[in-house]
Amino acid sequence: MIEGILIGLSTALTLQNIFMVMIGCFFGTIIGMLPGLGPMTAIALMIPITYGFDPATGLILMAGVYYGAVFGGSTSSILLNAPGVPGTVATSFDGYPMAQQGKAGKALAIAAWSSFAGGTFSAIYLLFLAPSLSKVSLSFRSPDYFALMILGLTAIAAFSSKGQFLKAMMMVVLGLMLASVGQDSLSDITRFTFDNMNLTDGISFVLVVMATFAMSEALTIILKRNDPTAAAKQVSLTELGSIKINKDDRKKMYKTIPRSSVIGFLIGVLPGAGATIASFLAYGMERNLVNDDEKQKFGKGSVNGLSAPETANNAACSGSFVPMLTLGIPGSGTTAVMLGALLGFGVQPGPRLYMTNPEIFWSIIMSMYIGMVILLILNLPLIPYIARILAVPKNYLIPLILFFSITGIYVMSFNNFDIYLMIGIAVVATFLRLYDFPMPPLILAFVLGGLMEENLRRSLLLSNGSWEFLWDRTLTLCILATTIFIVFWQIYKTLKKNVK
Amino acid sequence: MNINTTKIISLLFFIFSALYLYTAYQIQVFAFDENAPFNAKTFPIYLGYAGLFFSGLKLILPDPETIKVEHRNLEYKKTAMLIIIAIIYGATILKVGYFLTTSFFLFGSYYFLGERRWLLMFLLSFPFVAAFMYLLHGVLEIYLRDPFLKLIGVMG
Repeated sequence: MIEGILIGLSTALTLQNIFMVMIGCFFGTIIGMLPGLGPMTAIALMIPITYGFDPATGLILMAGVYYGAVFGGSTSSILLNAPGVPGTVATSFDGYPMAQQGKAGKALAIAAWSSFAGGTFSAIYLLFLAPSLSKVSLSFRSPDYFALMILGLTAIAAFSSKGQFLKAMMMVVLGLMLASVGQDSLSDITRFTFDNMNLTDGISFVLVVMATFAMSEALTIILKRNDPTAAAKQVSLTELGSIKINKDDRKKMYKTIPRSSVIGFLIGVLPGAGATIASFLAYGMERNLVNDDEKQKFGKGSVNGLSAPETANNAACSGSFVPMLTLGIPGSGTTAVMLGALLGFGVQPGPRLYMTNPEIFWSIIMSMYIGMVILLILNLPLIPYIARILAVPKNYLIPLILFFSITGIYVMSFNNFDIYLMIGIAVVATFLRLYDFPMPPLILAFVLGGLMEENLRRSLLLSNGSWEFLWDRTLTLCILATTIFIVFWQIYKTLKKNVK
Repeated sequence: MNINTTKIISLLFFIFSALYLYTAYQIQVFAFDENAPFNAKTFPIYLGYAGLFFSGLKLILPDPETIKVEHRNLEYKKTAMLIIIAIIYGATILKVGYFLTTSFFLFGSYYFLGERRWLLMFLLSFPFVAAFMYLLHGVLEIYLRDPFLKLIGVMG
């Protein structure tokens, strides 16, 4: 392995490959900031360019774009509540409120450091655990995935404080209902499309996120006569863009980052799970682990609440390379595109890749770490300038948020039906937000909906309609036991608090 | 039972769930799939019942923290104008093209939000959209249909 690592290092540290990582990170960050153009589009755009290089260089460029796009998505999430990438939706829960308090620079800096740390930790895990973890990821079956989705739903507790549990659950059901629109994944039977061809493929995730977050936020600001730039006006531009993180906040991050990186990496390793689920799960877990005072700050600009999803989504990005490189199974849509590119290079991924092509396997892993360092070096100095977006007057900022949301949807489908659908969902979401119906559970359920149905279907078909699959396997039982523990722990803590 | 807007929303959600459940039962599945432990309508049926259950509970249970919204303080006019502009944008984008519709959408939005600095409004709409379009179409090679620019010979 040491020899492989050295080969990887020597390949990754060539001038050409360092330059490629830099280019990839830079373009990835810009593309990630634009709603609708996620890492998948960015990497797809890079494929024709990479065919001019050797496989290692091509993949290094694509890995740089991937990380850059995830980080760029966090920027629009934090500043505009418009997540450019699905994996950064959870970042907006605490990042956006923090930016609204005039701490945009600090929020971006926490995101940058957390991404860096998440990526660093997962690069280390990848270095030592990649070959053995591929076997673990294969041992996950449909019942385990279904149990994992249920565990993911416990993150809802984070949004159901102050007697909001039923409202959160109603939003979960609504999210699952929206996810059920379109063709059934197995039988291709159309559901809830009402003979409208535009709904056959279902509703796009980015559309729902843009409608319920960015557009509905913009409409709510106008409706309530709020000024999102009010806090920014109270502080100087230097203070707004300040990237200083104080000692207390650093202490919080030291605890959050290691645990969130583990969750992120493990979820990333599982094929089909991905950065979005990892970030939601890390957010929910973090809320369960912090003390009561800190818990109250969740959703209002908590350092832990911002650091956890940011760490997890970057860790998951690295984790998703495990099944791709060692098994040839893409862990996410983005790695599926990368897998296509890999096959195009004539490289056959599989358990023997790190023996047959060590320069490719190890150089990608090494370049990930170098990519993290470069991403940090590139982005930290830019934060004070990027944060100034919040100093743009409200009359210009709101139309620009609407413009980016609508354009993001339009470039995905070139169909005006999607624009109407987004406006419709945004109007309903704005009305629901007025009465404190939380939107994050809807998004979480929308992400999990398809996967949940698919895995429940497989489990029930395999067990002939019996629900015994829930306790038949030790792994399923362990995940379910964790879920039950979290739920009862929450109930116990609430009751204890009420008795006091 | 105290009737407030949250309860009305819950009632609407209850009705929506009932309609969803009815539609779920109407989903046509293949004959060989009809008695399978899981088919295309199983999950939607579960969801319909879950919607009825949670909205029903919200309707019945007391609401200790009633949310009161002061409708008089809400800016309905500007919000409605923005929504109408967005709908017009959606209706014209395919026929007129990305450049003109997006520029007018931005210009109109600035105007209805109370902005009157004409030069700045212009700069942040037409040239801004042109630059953004160049980034998408020219640099990233994402095709943007634009009959207007095609007509005047700017786009091929």
